[in-house]
Amino acid sequence: MSQALFEYLLRLGDDRLVLGHRNAEWCGHGPILEEDIAISNLALDLTGEAQLFLELAGKVEGLGRDADQLAYWRDETQFRNLQLLELPKGDFAFTMVRQFLFSAWSHFLLEGLMQSKHEDLKGIAAKAVKENRYHLRHASEWVVRLGDGTEESHQRAQAALDQAWPWTGEFFLADDVDRVVAAEGLGVNPSGLRPQWESIVNDVIRRATLTVPNTPMRMVGGRKGRHTEYLGHMLADMQIVARSHPGAKW
Amino acid sequence: MTTKSESGQWPLWEVFTQPGGGKPHQHAGSVHAPDAEIALQNARDVYSRRGEAVSLWVVPSVSITASAPADSGMLFDPGNDKPYRHPQFYKTPKGIQVF
Repeated sequence: MSQALFEYLLRLGDDRLVLGHRNAEWCGHGPILEEDIAISNLALDLTGEAQLFLELAGKVEGLGRDADQLAYWRDETQFRNLQLLELPKGDFAFTMVRQFLFSAWSHFLLEGLMQSKHEDLKGIAAKAVKENRYHLRHASEWVVRLGDGTEESHQRAQAALDQAWPWTGEFFLADDVDRVVAAEGLGVNPSGLRPQWESIVNDVIRRATLTVPNTPMRMVGGRKGRHTEYLGHMLADMQIVARSHPGAKW
Repeated sequence: MTTKSESGQWPLWEVFTQPGGGKPHQHAGSVHAPDAEIALQNARDVYSRRGEAVSLWVVPSVSITASAPADSGMLFDPGNDKPYRHPQFYKTPKGIQVF
């Protein structure tokens, strides 16, 4: 039981850690000052949520690992994030479209987790759901403006949606870990979230005058530690300071 | 709302934040944004992410009519030698402890 919960918490933490890091790559490179700050805020929110989930994962595991050890001392095959989130940040359209697709999914996941029987998990969800609500609003509004904007922004937004879409199938794949934590009333089985997610996503895509891609879903495996070529490079960048100076204090 | 000004920049918006405790909205600064909704979000991200505000206003900067610096002598100097316009000019009658 605690093994399943540990795995489940790693998934929650790793999704946010990896996407938070990708967003942080915009810091100093945003299209305008205000959006630079906005994306950095998203990154900080996600990284903060990751810290809470990973800290709890370490506690549940009971081997004395804390959030920092889990974030900086695991290798690629031990990461449990969705593959969509590790893809390079791309252009502004891709970053916003990915954020939108993820935040819409995360919204319903966190709402479900607010009913968890696990008090700590429930508490983290209650905090994260407010941040997530803003992420969803910010990203949705940008998807609409890019899609229904200039010819170039429309074309880039559609290209971003086409690129991200096949990876979203992984949002709704459930395995034994999901089934066990859901059966215990601790976690949410993601396979039930698709109808709600689609209703939000389709509405925003329509307002953005974009087209829902008709592409097949990709082979996936992020939850099992199978990743794209990009995660290893990202982790090297993310982990090098902690690994070069073990135990260093800020 | 137009999405671009003549300079090719997004329009400027003045941001007002209201601190808690029923205080009035105060000018906090400005942001660039293509429209009102994004202006509000940018204002949130730039001026209220450390819990400074319970409410936000954004106003297109072009909607503000400002006094000209050249007029400041005419507008403001005449107040300088009229201390009787301040309540502190008047002595409080003896015996009054609290107002």
